[in-house]
Amino acid sequence: MAEGLVIDDLARRFGGRWAVARVSLTVPRGTVMMLTGANGSGKTTLLRCLATALRPHHGRALFDGQDLWQRRASMRPRIAFLSHQLRLYDDLSARDNLGVWADLGGLRPDISALLTQVGLETHRPDPVRTFSAGMRRRLSLARMLLRQPDLVLMDEPFSAFDPPGQQLIRDVVRQAKQRGATVVITTHVPEIAQAVCDTRVHLDAGQIA
Amino acid sequence: MSAMLGQIAAIARKDLLIEWRSPSRISGLFFFSLALLLMVAFATGASTSILHKIAGGSLWLGVLLASTRSLDLSFSIETDQDALEGLLLWPVDPRAIYYGKAVANTMVLVVVATLLTPLMIAMYDAPIRGNPAIFAGFILFGSAALAAPGTLYALLTTRARAASVLLPVLLFPLVVPALVAASAGTTLVMEGDPMVQAPSWLALLVAFDALHWSLGGLLFGRVLEET
Repeated sequence: MAEGLVIDDLARRFGGRWAVARVSLTVPRGTVMMLTGANGSGKTTLLRCLATALRPHHGRALFDGQDLWQRRASMRPRIAFLSHQLRLYDDLSARDNLGVWADLGGLRPDISALLTQVGLETHRPDPVRTFSAGMRRRLSLARMLLRQPDLVLMDEPFSAFDPPGQQLIRDVVRQAKQRGATVVITTHVPEIAQAVCDTRVHLDAGQIA
Repeated sequence: MSAMLGQIAAIARKDLLIEWRSPSRISGLFFFSLALLLMVAFATGASTSILHKIAGGSLWLGVLLASTRSLDLSFSIETDQDALEGLLLWPVDPRAIYYGKAVANTMVLVVVATLLTPLMIAMYDAPIRGNPAIFAGFILFGSAALAAPGTLYALLTTRARAASVLLPVLLFPLVVPALVAASAGTTLVMEGDPMVQAPSWLALLVAFDALHWSLGGLLFGRVLEET
């Protein structure tokens, strides 16, 4: 049984347009892959297929030998997806937001420590609607850190972050890698991500270029 | 099973906490319903006998209209930043999302109906002459009867362009039996229920709830995966 991520001839269309067209690649455990490509090249669609947010229309993606879509109920707790959509509740505080997601996962994390790790320790009681874009991204990252997932998917993780925030992302990626997790990062700025990435794949019109 | 119960409690707690932290939402629902009660009272004139007859129906008309806004808001907080997809991927059991949100929606409607009741009694000069516990039963099961199908239909319409229009169009015909039972039963309790008919209407309401709370739990997951 292959360890890590195996994408086998995966394709996904929207209407008649193939956003991802028969992509095959392998990312072993403990490896960080950078996925680059222009806007509309299929990076986010591929990541959403891996996150089981979208069903592939052709092919499949396996993680540790398990079909991600077919076994999505058991695989989802092993996957973390840092999406463009931040999935926060604006009327709740930073602490309440993390508390909600922890309760839903049956987790008992040290929320104060997590908020300190992402640099939001002084904003614990503040409603998220008062947060800047970068602070929201930090809180979304903290939610991802509630779990220690085996497959980490990050869609443009460096966007909206200041340089210390970008370093925070790199630290999180390094820690995931040391744990043996497989990490896939999409980015438009490879020079920021390359310090933590082992391999790089470029997508063009839904295909590996 | 205990994990799902924990998730139901977490979803309900989260929705109620959001209502608590944004009191303008529930007060908006309340004043909207209150305005309706006032208009009906003024439109029918000062005839006490007519006001007594329509008191129960007016209360439920107010709660029904408040429910469409409340149900719409309960899913807009999930779709604004795609939190609904986040819940699915976390993963949260779709039945837990449904039951958690339906419980929270029921409680919001119970609060609105409870706040409206004393004002309705004062404006319509229609005291509760029957058993207050049965009246409370109508408030609880009537609110649950609006929340159960409403939560499912709110999900169905949440991504539609005219969600706030589509939701009442789909929901109102479905909840007619529940509204008839709640209105008739509430009016009977307010008039003293000399023929002891109210418990039959309450039983009908409980049967409606049992059917729709079961169906909602079965169908919600399928609808959620497709939206």
